[in-house]
Amino acid sequence: MAAPMLRLCCPGRRWALACIDGCSRHRRGAPNGCTSSRKRGQSSVAQQPFITAQKPRKGEHEWAAVVGLEIHAQISSKSKLFSGSQVHFAAPPNSLVSFFDASLPGTLPVLNRRCVEAAVMTGLALNCRINKKSLFDRKHYFYADLPAGYQITQQRLPIAVNGSLVYSFCAGKNRSQVINKTARVKQIQLEQDSGKSLHDDLRSQTLIDLNRAEGQLRVDANISVHHPGEPLGVRTEVKNLNSARFLAKAIDYEIQRQINELENGGEILNETRSFDSKLGCTIPMRDKEGKQDYRFMPEPNLPPLLLYDTESLPAGADPQQVIDIDRIREQLPELPSVTREKLVQQYGMLPEHSFTLLNEVGLLEFFQNVMKETRAEPKKVTSWVLNTLLGFLKQQNLAVSESPVTPSALAELLNLLDRKAISSSAAKQVFEELWRNEGKTPAQIVSEKKLELMQDQEALEQLCHAVMEGHPQVVMDVKKGNPRAINKLIGLVRKVTLSRADPTVIKEILEKKLAS
Amino acid sequence: MLGRTLREVSAALKQGHITPTELCQKCLSIIKKTKFLNAYITVSEEVALKQAEESEKRYKKGHSLGDLDGIPIAVKDNFSTSGIETTCASNMLRGYVPPYNATVVQKLLDQGALLMGKTNLDEFAMGALGSDTGGSTRNPAAHCGLVGLKPSYGLVSRHGLIPLVNSMDVPGILTRCVDDAAIVLGVLAGHDPKDSTTIQDPVKPFVLPSLTDVSKLCIGIPKEYLTPELSSEVRSLWSKAANLFESEGAKVIEVSLPHTSYSIVCYHVLCTSEVASNMARFDGLEYGHRCDIDVSTEAMYAATRREGFNDVVRGRILSGNFFLLKENYENYFVKAQKVRRLIANDFVTVFNSGVDVLLTPTTLSEAVPYTEFIKEDNRTRSAQDDIFTQAANMAGLPAVSVPMALSNQGLPIGLQFIGRAFCDQELLTIARWFEKQVQFPVIQLQELMDDCSSVFENEKLASVSLKQ
Repeated sequence: MAAPMLRLCCPGRRWALACIDGCSRHRRGAPNGCTSSRKRGQSSVAQQPFITAQKPRKGEHEWAAVVGLEIHAQISSKSKLFSGSQVHFAAPPNSLVSFFDASLPGTLPVLNRRCVEAAVMTGLALNCRINKKSLFDRKHYFYADLPAGYQITQQRLPIAVNGSLVYSFCAGKNRSQVINKTARVKQIQLEQDSGKSLHDDLRSQTLIDLNRAEGQLRVDANISVHHPGEPLGVRTEVKNLNSARFLAKAIDYEIQRQINELENGGEILNETRSFDSKLGCTIPMRDKEGKQDYRFMPEPNLPPLLLYDTESLPAGADPQQVIDIDRIREQLPELPSVTREKLVQQYGMLPEHSFTLLNEVGLLEFFQNVMKETRAEPKKVTSWVLNTLLGFLKQQNLAVSESPVTPSALAELLNLLDRKAISSSAAKQVFEELWRNEGKTPAQIVSEKKLELMQDQEALEQLCHAVMEGHPQVVMDVKKGNPRAINKLIGLVRKVTLSRADPTVIKEILEKKLAS
Repeated sequence: MLGRTLREVSAALKQGHITPTELCQKCLSIIKKTKFLNAYITVSEEVALKQAEESEKRYKKGHSLGDLDGIPIAVKDNFSTSGIETTCASNMLRGYVPPYNATVVQKLLDQGALLMGKTNLDEFAMGALGSDTGGSTRNPAAHCGLVGLKPSYGLVSRHGLIPLVNSMDVPGILTRCVDDAAIVLGVLAGHDPKDSTTIQDPVKPFVLPSLTDVSKLCIGIPKEYLTPELSSEVRSLWSKAANLFESEGAKVIEVSLPHTSYSIVCYHVLCTSEVASNMARFDGLEYGHRCDIDVSTEAMYAATRREGFNDVVRGRILSGNFFLLKENYENYFVKAQKVRRLIANDFVTVFNSGVDVLLTPTTLSEAVPYTEFIKEDNRTRSAQDDIFTQAANMAGLPAVSVPMALSNQGLPIGLQFIGRAFCDQELLTIARWFEKQVQFPVIQLQELMDDCSSVFENEKLASVSLKQ
């Protein structure tokens, strides 16, 4: 069961963001706003009031919404947070369960070093203060997917606190205006995940899988509304949202629901709701009786987690036994915002394109590999990667890594296009051929399908002349001033040339001839 | 042979005077004869005989694994033993057969010891033997004339020890003499990656030096341990022991552990809280007893736990959960932790003032007859029994009970030595010197059994005089 969780703004099992006020999967406790101390895992994002897109009704003064997120994100590691068992996506149920995961009596948790490093990395990437000493606690409740009857988490003193995340979104007409905002990250905590429950309504039973490697996003959103200047409103919690899309929908719906409720004289209950993705609305979850008291207690089998930096590192310390925050900081990869900025600066890329490039796994690398091998303009490359390549991938629901077209192939194709060896429509054809993955290079395809642009200017002029001769009526139409007639002529020439002539050049020749 | 020390038996095995199988058979025979005592929950006869066979092979080749090869051992039934039912003497784990060995069990088996079986205890060790949370190794040792050692917390792995109070539990060692305890400790001590509370530092092998000169020693006598409930016999033996050290040149001084009177209550709060937490996993779903109700998960939990736990266990769970409630946590749990620190500091202060070891009674009196014993409820009884022993658990210190003499009734009385943290070797060295001085008589079990054969046949328990 102990799949590592860092509750932070990330989905997945390994993440556990601490809930402020010890919220649970079942119920939430405290009223009034998201500013309670979620300790557990989730990095509470966005304490920033955010004006809804809806116009206030009945001429009421405006509303502000406050949203706090508790994100369960799974740490990428080979084994679980506290037990040695492996983590594999989609393994058969209960096939990756160690004695500890099954809560066999006498078993003890052993902290996974890699998970701690991952938590520190995340904390650093989110500008948090890393707590050199953090503690583990037990959070008790009874549920079938929690074999030990408690979950090990970091309620009192989590591994990282007080961070922030700057994010941008594109607004305005054409989504061309980039707005920067900051979300506060309350804390990051390491937490053990519970099992997976599968409800079999037919047989009135619940099946439990203790593997716990779902690899899914899981976010709980806390939402309240208030009038600016007034105290924060009562919040509701919408649980178990498992995609960014649903998260957005649920939040928008809930904000509006609350506004409507309050404007009609109703009140908001501090309750837990779930999101019905089909209906697009939030509905109250079945309430468990009374308040949940988790009876937090320090985890006696895990000593305090001590982290060091170069200054505090004890002399002669075994590097296997200690974690150096500074060393981890040095090894942090370039953060996305920095990468995006570089793309914009280096290639004159539009900011929104830099987002798309980074948001698709492997796409940036693909782009950079193409850039290495082509002389084509960055704008062209960007367009081909984001529109053509990505379009094809999405259509067939493929990941970038599964692309049948390699960066080299695309680079070669773009080079052909760049030196006008082929037309852009021909290039599209070549791309489609490449997609079929028959092992041919762009040059081979061009050759086989005879897609090379005609280079012989004279021959082309002759063909134009022939077409004009053959279609006097159309020529008449052009001379009469019909603007679309020229396209017909161009089309005819293209047909004759088997699309091997650049339409722009054809147009030039025709116009010259028509003029004379 | 069965009354000899580990080294003597080991030597006999090496020299071929007796084979492991013969030894094993003798043990099994006594176990059968004393079955009415209900000391064993599970006797692992087949396993033991097979292990004996393998040990014999090794001895024949001259490849014995060490001092423990072929030696019969018993393990309390709250240690996980692979393939052998482990019940913690509770209905809740009836029929539970673990798939793994506790680290300490594994270490003993790796040394060739023969596992005779799993011994009885109070349900979930809420009052007994082989693990020591509040005195459960030292108390029985004192009552039965054995050496009972509770090592320093963190020295011996708890992996596989079904926990009562994780922050106080320590695997305990019961043997006939201090030397034997040192040998076993030497096998068991050391870091276990599966138990994050074991110390990392490498552990030196436990070879006890021969102590002849105690003049450099300073023995501390905690004055708060002189309670009115202490039986006069124990008090007098305690005094005698102090005088013994003094007469041999040691410095014997009175010391104070001022927070002693709070330790029972403090222990109770912390113990029940941890117990409530540790028992949460017994829900009938993954292993152990499950009731027949399947109306809902919650109904199943409730019935399973009511059927599986006796009322002592249930009582402690309820108390513990009470103390852990949000509104009580500060006042009870946190307060108790603070008091615990004060208790631990009492010892630190005393040891820093030049005291090497503390000498105290282990129990208030000799063993009380069963009919007397059951008059008090478990909580009162525990509180009384543990009064001298649990402070060492609270402070994580090593402590050993050494049998000193027989009472007027012919029952054993032992005294306790408490040492500095991780100074188990020094502690045992002093204990061994004391043992040599007092020459506690070895029990003649065969004679005893012959004398009382009629009693045994009738399967009646009685207070039996061991007077020689």
